[in-house]
Amino acid sequence: MELSGAQILLQSLADEGVEYIFGYPGGAVLHIYDAIFQQEAVKHILVRHEQGATHAADGYARATGKPGVVLVTSGPGATNAVTGIATAYMDSIPMVVISGQVSSPVIGSDAFQEVDMVGITRPCVKHNFLVKDVTKLAETIKKAFYVATTGRPGPVVVDIPKDMTAPNITVPYKYPKKISLRSYNPVVHVAKEQIKAAVELLLSATKPMIYAGGGVVLGEASAELTDFTRVLGYPITNTLMGLGAYPATDKQFVGMLGMHGTYEANMAMHESDVIIAIGARFDDRVTGKLDEFCPYAKIIHIDIDPASISKTIKKIAIPIVGDVKPVLKQLLECLKENKKQPNKKALDAWWQQIDEWRAVQSLEYDRTSDLIKPQFVIEQLYQVTKGDAYVTSDVGQHQMWAAQYYPFDKPRRWINSGGLGTMGFGLPAAIGVKLAFPEADVACVTGEASIQMCIQELSTALQFKTPVKIINLNNRYMGMVRQWQEFSYQSRYSNSYMDTIPDFVKLVEAYGHVGIRIDKPEEVRPALEQAFAMKDRTVFLDIMTDRTENVYPMIEAGKGHHDMKLRVALGTSMDRELA
Amino acid sequence: MKHIISILIENEAGALSRVAGLFSARGYNIESLTVAVTEDPSLSRMTLVTRGSEDVIAQIIKQLNKLIDVVKLIDLADSPHIERELMMVKIKTTEQTRNDLRSVVDIFRGRILDVTANSYVVEMTGSSEKLDAFTSAINSDSIIEVVRSGATGISRGEQGLHL
Ligand SMILES: Cc1cc2nc3c(=O)[nH]c(=O)nc-3n(C[C@H](O)[C@H](O)[C@H](O)COP(=O)(O)OP(=O)(O)OC[C@H]3O[C@@H](n4cnc5c(N)ncnc54)[C@H](O)[C@@H]3O)c2cc1C
Ligand SMILES: Cc1ncc(C[n+]2csc(CCOP(=O)(O)OP(=O)(O)O)c2C)c(N)n1
Ligand SMILES: [Mg+2]
Repeated sequence: MELSGAQILLQSLADEGVEYIFGYPGGAVLHIYDAIFQQEAVKHILVRHEQGATHAADGYARATGKPGVVLVTSGPGATNAVTGIATAYMDSIPMVVISGQVSSPVIGSDAFQEVDMVGITRPCVKHNFLVKDVTKLAETIKKAFYVATTGRPGPVVVDIPKDMTAPNITVPYKYPKKISLRSYNPVVHVAKEQIKAAVELLLSATKPMIYAGGGVVLGEASAELTDFTRVLGYPITNTLMGLGAYPATDKQFVGMLGMHGTYEANMAMHESDVIIAIGARFDDRVTGKLDEFCPYAKIIHIDIDPASISKTIKKIAIPIVGDVKPVLKQLLECLKENKKQPNKKALDAWWQQIDEWRAVQSLEYDRTSDLIKPQFVIEQLYQVTKGDAYVTSDVGQHQMWAAQYYPFDKPRRWINSGGLGTMGFGLPAAIGVKLAFPEADVACVTGEASIQMCIQELSTALQFKTPVKIINLNNRYMGMVRQWQEFSYQSRYSNSYMDTIPDFVKLVEAYGHVGIRIDKPEEVRPALEQAFAMKDRTVFLDIMTDRTENVYPMIEAGKGHHDMKLRVALGTSMDRELA
Repeated sequence: MKHIISILIENEAGALSRVAGLFSARGYNIESLTVAVTEDPSLSRMTLVTRGSEDVIAQIIKQLNKLIDVVKLIDLADSPHIERELMMVKIKTTEQTRNDLRSVVDIFRGRILDVTANSYVVEMTGSSEKLDAFTSAINSDSIIEVVRSGATGISRGEQGLHL
């Protein structure tokens, strides 16, 4: 079978099992768009800005575990995609981005809409390719998917010069079934001794902690993590990226850790004597001040990427480089073979201590206020969706509240930009999720600043009938910025406020959707119910929340885990503080 | 400490910039970097000299290994090895200095490649330290130009870095 490069690309995507490509046309990809027009296997989702394409593909990937696929034109199309590529890179999300490039003969001549996409994206991709030979196109696409989805996943860019897709040049097509790269071998074998040593250390613990992150979600190892945690009976905390990897409503779960983690999670980390880190990368939002991080703990670290081990926290007692799922299985087996049991007496005392920390109720807030508390909105969202929605978010306070007050019991339900912290992520990501799971409830928790960064995707939502529910926690502030300014800059609110916030109800109506403004706490629940009852409409709830609410607990920059700022300082009474 | 990292990398356009970009993006320093194709034309050999604490070097090696184009690498500092660098120095000469200079060149086992009435071009190979020693042994005012290749290296013994 002889095909043109454009046809080869589409056929390769089809053979790879791609359902959707998220894209936006332009000169360098016109041959490809013509091929898209003439096939049906791969559906094209036309976004309104290339950043939206990357976030939508990313949301799709996070919800399904399958790679997201993006198609953009050269030059501005390609540069617009970069933010979304970097977002996926920081959170290790599998994605394949096809970018058009000017024709090979004019590369390097500052041709119209030429930009060195391979050069620009090099620092924020797992790998990238420039296609120089159409006979290698199918193989390159195969390699791109292989690299993006194996090992530590990540985005891969394939830059395709226009002449590679010309309709008049056809070559034989065969999509490789398997591919291997001599320079890339993502499969790792874990030595039995390491597993044994880890189990010995775990069983010797008196104040153990399990600290699990996004790697468990990426590695589809939630079931194994849950078994492992239950067998040991140890407390477990999740990172922002790991939420849902372990059921948050379970009694062994002590909440998220880190900058906005719970009091109990951070105190337990600080006091712990043995920590097992599973698919988590000791991010600075988690560790706080490095010298004060977990001073008493011996640490076991499981990660598929050797570079994650001893990157920030150097004192790793037992490094295990491997894929979480098989490693957890090995650990479980080894635990069962081992005659020793966890130290029951020590563990009881440890749980008692943790319960005391829990009693501080670090997530409690004023439930009697006349103002709409953002935390209350998220709790109501949880109830209305029975805890079973896919929740995407943007970046800011609303993101932290969603993470804190919506306990996720399943992986891949909480979809947010953790590593890059990209405002504008939430809405397009929600569209990607809804395409993957049309029957599921999909909510986008956002803020009035973040939503405006990709608001144009409301138009995409209409065209492709992706009825998501947008929960805008409208505090008329860039709340997260304002909070830092309140704490660290004596409340000098420099540019963290916009006095020309649009009338979102009118705006979303103009886009063809339903908008509802909510001013009173008692309107929140009915509005949410109404929104989720409108199964086939995108609904925007513009919720006027308490303007000056802060996210607590908070570990300020340069502080350790035991040094948290709480809503109600320890030793003071909640009533007094709230009066 | 100084480390010489020897890398086998796919001989692809852009492979060099992946390595160089990694160093600048992560703030590692490169003292020198040499690249040339190997006996297998699909592979390039890169020799990179860097300095850093053990932690930093360990991260550098992990991050280099993560680059998809990197096939294999070794840190030569881990085992006995030979280090060589090529240097060419253009030196001002006069009637009076010429003989002295020639004997210094001899002591360092250098060669004189070019002679004019007022200058020599001296070629020398050796460890980077030896080359440093030569340039400090001659009058710095007389040096017109120094060209150094950067270090390359190879391990001692039968073991080699290959596929
Ligand atoms: C405003 C804001 C506030 C934040 N506050 C917090 C906070 O309070 N607490 C918090 O936790 N985060 C917070 N974050 C997020 C933070 O920036 C990091 O994104 C997050 O902590 C990283 O999570 P992680 O360690 O689980 O790593 P991820 O980024 O999810 O990385 C996963 C790790 O697992 C490894 N891995 C991948 N696949 C596998 C596999 N199959 N097997 C084994 N290992 C694998 C990877 O190599 C990597 O090391 C905040 C972000 C923002 C924007
Ligand atoms: C693209 C981008 N620009 C800037 C920032 C820095 N930033 C982090 S949170 C935030 C404010 C977000 O405001 P809003 O969306 O209203 O959310 P809130 O914090 O009020 O809930 C800003 C500007 C960012 N994370 N992303
Ligand atoms: Mg806001």
